[in-house]
Amino acid sequence: MFKGILKEQTIQVGIGFVFIVVLLGTFILPEWMSNNFMYGLSRGLAVLGLMILWRTNLVSFGHALYYGFGAYAVAIAQKYLGVTDVFLRILIAIAAAGLLGFVLGFILRRYREIFFAMLSLAFSMVLYGLLAKAEFLGSTDGMSISPSTMFGFELGRFGLFYFIGFVVILSLIFAHAYLRSSLGHLTTAIMDNEIRVEYLGYSVEKAIHIKYVISACLAGGAGGLMAAALGQVDPDSMVLWSVSGELVFVTIMAGLGNILAPFVGAIFFEFIRTYAYEFAPQAWQMIIGGTLLAIIFFLPGGLWSLFQKINPFKKEKK
Amino acid sequence: MQFLITVLLDGLIYASYLFIVSLGLTITFGVMKILNVAHGGFFAWGAYLASISIIYLGDNEYNSFLYYFAIFLSAIIVGLFFGYIIERFILRKMYNEDIHLIVLATFGLFWILEDLILHVFGVDPLMPYYPAMELGGIEVGGIFQGVYSLTLAGLAIIVAFICWYFLKKTKYGKVLQSVIFDREVSVSMGINVTKVYLITFIIGGMLGALGGAYIAPTISVSPGFAIDVVVMSFAVVVIGGMGSVPGALIGSLIVGLVRAFAVHQAPILELFIIYAIMAIVLIIKPEGLFAPPKPRKI
Repeated sequence: MFKGILKEQTIQVGIGFVFIVVLLGTFILPEWMSNNFMYGLSRGLAVLGLMILWRTNLVSFGHALYYGFGAYAVAIAQKYLGVTDVFLRILIAIAAAGLLGFVLGFILRRYREIFFAMLSLAFSMVLYGLLAKAEFLGSTDGMSISPSTMFGFELGRFGLFYFIGFVVILSLIFAHAYLRSSLGHLTTAIMDNEIRVEYLGYSVEKAIHIKYVISACLAGGAGGLMAAALGQVDPDSMVLWSVSGELVFVTIMAGLGNILAPFVGAIFFEFIRTYAYEFAPQAWQMIIGGTLLAIIFFLPGGLWSLFQKINPFKKEKK
Repeated sequence: MQFLITVLLDGLIYASYLFIVSLGLTITFGVMKILNVAHGGFFAWGAYLASISIIYLGDNEYNSFLYYFAIFLSAIIVGLFFGYIIERFILRKMYNEDIHLIVLATFGLFWILEDLILHVFGVDPLMPYYPAMELGGIEVGGIFQGVYSLTLAGLAIIVAFICWYFLKKTKYGKVLQSVIFDREVSVSMGINVTKVYLITFIIGGMLGALGGAYIAPTISVSPGFAIDVVVMSFAVVVIGGMGSVPGALIGSLIVGLVRAFAVHQAPILELFIIYAIMAIVLIIKPEGLFAPPKPRKI
């Protein structure tokens, strides 16, 4: 599955991109700007998860479920088990979200189109309803997360940034390996015609289930990283349906063309949000909404289609 | 007994209000197959426009008729204005697109409508309580209840009746049903589907705005208050069956009563239980309780 993956152009460009972002963020840029890069990289994981689902034409309007679940898993592990190690944190977040995704996947894998979207929305709002009222988890105020450590030493902001870059590279490799495997290639086939795929001898539901769990793990990882980066988890900014909407928005803004696109898109989104909030605090939603409409109308392939037009690495077709 | 009456009253009032809002949503979905997130924008705009006009009219007992006139007029204006602009210039260009893209576009529109409110009406909460205060309250089974809230139930019944009459008894209703059943066949029968879509969207928007405008005197209207209503009416529409009018009625009754019960009995479960019902309905009967099953297209 992973054979020769480091020689693939996508992965090489991806690793280069992450390195540049991390170096820019830690050495060159001022803190507020590098924060955008850090949050963008973290949330990009969740967007990557959504993109993988979207390639089968399944759009989850409740992916904040896993995003928030991962984040809260980190918070709970810290509160009750005292876990602050960054490796453990990300593992707990991914495992928790993956497990939840595995369980819910049995139900969701039978759903398509708007029903899939609505059921995911319902599940995420169930979690929101629980978290917003659960006093031992801080209700709507949420919980604070202490700084991450690695092997007992405090990691610091830069260290966390490197770690996020590391996780992002790993997930890029994994996602690429998945998408180029035969299981991943089923993705497009299922979108085109499910019944034919069944006749070819593959189980559509199983393929979708696996895809769903992968997507949940990525979103959970994103939540875990975000919790560590922000130092705070709360239901309104992690689990509410508008968060899911934002994630879907970033997915469409980034485009589905490449596994790097989600990270570019997520970083871009963080910048729009920061700038819009900075210069027009009462109009930032309008700017974001306007961007969304503009992208849908004028750039259906997302931001990535801009890169494709000027791609210096473009392979010549032989 | 006292407890039961409280829950019933609260639940029915909340259900009536939810019904008016989600009726708009379900009609839009039924006819146009669009899940309109911007519905929350209509709701908020209706509430704001009504509040501003009521506050402008001032606390004056000779104005009581004008209050209601203002409420209905704001709903109609909001529905016409935004409904026309949104359908004509944005949604009309998207009918052939992926359904998820349309949802996202309406989501963007929702954001835009929300922020427009901040610019037009400012950030301070508005409290247009005069109509509610004027009607006073009565005792129902030992519980003091504002009359204005009770009229909400009356309004819901009137709206439901008009809707039923329109759909079942008039020519336009039949046209609408044929469009719901099959868009292409309707076109070939000579129905101007573009026009039907436009009118449907405007009416849907008006209903959303009416819900907001009528509830405004009983609440404090502040920015961002529509965000809960959107998902709540989504839940109603999903429970009842997307695109089904009786479904919206039953759905809002279920959600209203269950919520009222939870609020009084177990406030912790207030939000959880509504979405749990939504999830359970989707799991057991994905088309909703009242929608006819659709054939699977190959």
